[in-house]
Amino acid sequence: MGLLSKKDAALITDPLADNNPITIQVLGICSALAITAELKASIVMAVSVLFVLGLGNVVISLMRNIIPSKIRIIVQLIVVATLVIIVDLVLKAFAYELSKTLSVFVGLIITNCIIMGRFEAFALGNGPWKSFLDGVGNSLGYGVILIAVGFFRELLGSGTLLGYKVLGDPIEKTGLYAIGYENNGFMLLSPMALIVVGIIIWIQRSRNTALIEEN
Amino acid sequence: MEHIELFFKSIFIDNMVFATFLGMCSYLAVSKKVATAVGLGAAVIFVLAVTVPLNWLLDQYILQEGALSWLGEEYAAYDLSFLSFIMFIATIATMVQLVEIIVEKFSPSLYNSLGIFLPLIAVNCAILGGSLFMQSREIPSLGLALTYGIGSGIGWFLAILAIAAIREKIRYSSVPPALRGLGITFIITGLMAIGFMSFGGMLTGGDEEVTEEKTAQVETVKKESENEFANNTIIIE
Repeated sequence: MGLLSKKDAALITDPLADNNPITIQVLGICSALAITAELKASIVMAVSVLFVLGLGNVVISLMRNIIPSKIRIIVQLIVVATLVIIVDLVLKAFAYELSKTLSVFVGLIITNCIIMGRFEAFALGNGPWKSFLDGVGNSLGYGVILIAVGFFRELLGSGTLLGYKVLGDPIEKTGLYAIGYENNGFMLLSPMALIVVGIIIWIQRSRNTALIEEN
Repeated sequence: MEHIELFFKSIFIDNMVFATFLGMCSYLAVSKKVATAVGLGAAVIFVLAVTVPLNWLLDQYILQEGALSWLGEEYAAYDLSFLSFIMFIATIATMVQLVEIIVEKFSPSLYNSLGIFLPLIAVNCAILGGSLFMQSREIPSLGLALTYGIGSGIGWFLAILAIAAIREKIRYSSVPPALRGLGITFIITGLMAIGFMSFGGMLTGGDEEVTEEKTAQVETVKKESENEFANNTIIIE
């Protein structure tokens, strides 16, 4: 990493695993669960959050010395809301079908706790470049979990990935379906998102026992 | 009647936490004790009941396509709905501050129990989600918007109360170490959500056309079988 010093690189790599926003910091769960029934929606959501958090962190960090601390929440909300409106309009213009699937959850990026959490915890106290790296790192950590959940839910729920029938055709009985495999439609329903995230947390904490909570 | 229907629908069927996962962050963070969970839940009901009708008015008279026509003919073509995110969140943030100031002035005891949660609520997805769902589901009147706000608030309150009670009890059980805390809470919430899905059939029972068709079918089947019976008896004779 010639471009980044070791400390800067840690800002990106830490949130990917040991300080993951979803499984460790418990931030941004609302949107993570609702839209993960298909992989495509999860990827779009991850990219949108990457855009909003990366830019928002820079903006807040540039303004950190002129924001009065009493009204900082409102200022932060306005910055996020502006960025989210941009995302929403871009999605509506170039991916209208997808923006219908995501429905209100694009708007809910505004109250995605990851964004407010990183603004409060990092951007208000650090320079623009570091804040940008922190924003990118955290949204990547968020995206990794989102894509993992979306992958399993779409694969097990409808037997497709990004719309391609990877397991064969369920109607013509080809591929895995020829030997009697059935799609688990339950994976597409909302409760399974919670259980899949729960299992991811379980796996992560059994591999890294330092993360275990004391009940 | 539609008020009652919407009320129960927003509590059980479209439950904020279990059906749409709104407000999960504070739901997970503040559900360790029942007492604090009750405080936050009450604050959410209160803020939703205030902000959803308020944002409904904003949506109807400022933001929707043609909503500005009350200003005069020439304004009828404006569509400001792209501004709705920023308007809604500004309304919510200011309302929360206003409510905080008013409650502090007039009821210090309520402030002491709710006060610390109010700033948390401005960034609770459930509040903004309430307003956004109100907009996307096109709720027709102010009264229904109020009902919807209160109903979804109560749904959220029930959810956080239930999980807090379970988490207080689960402290005495032996959970696998890696699942302790967050992991088991996720899985329990998932199981509760499966339970809440069973409310889905609650409001579909009163569909009269379907039942009429069914009775009609049953009658025709009866007639056919009678005819057959008659034919059979003739053959036997």
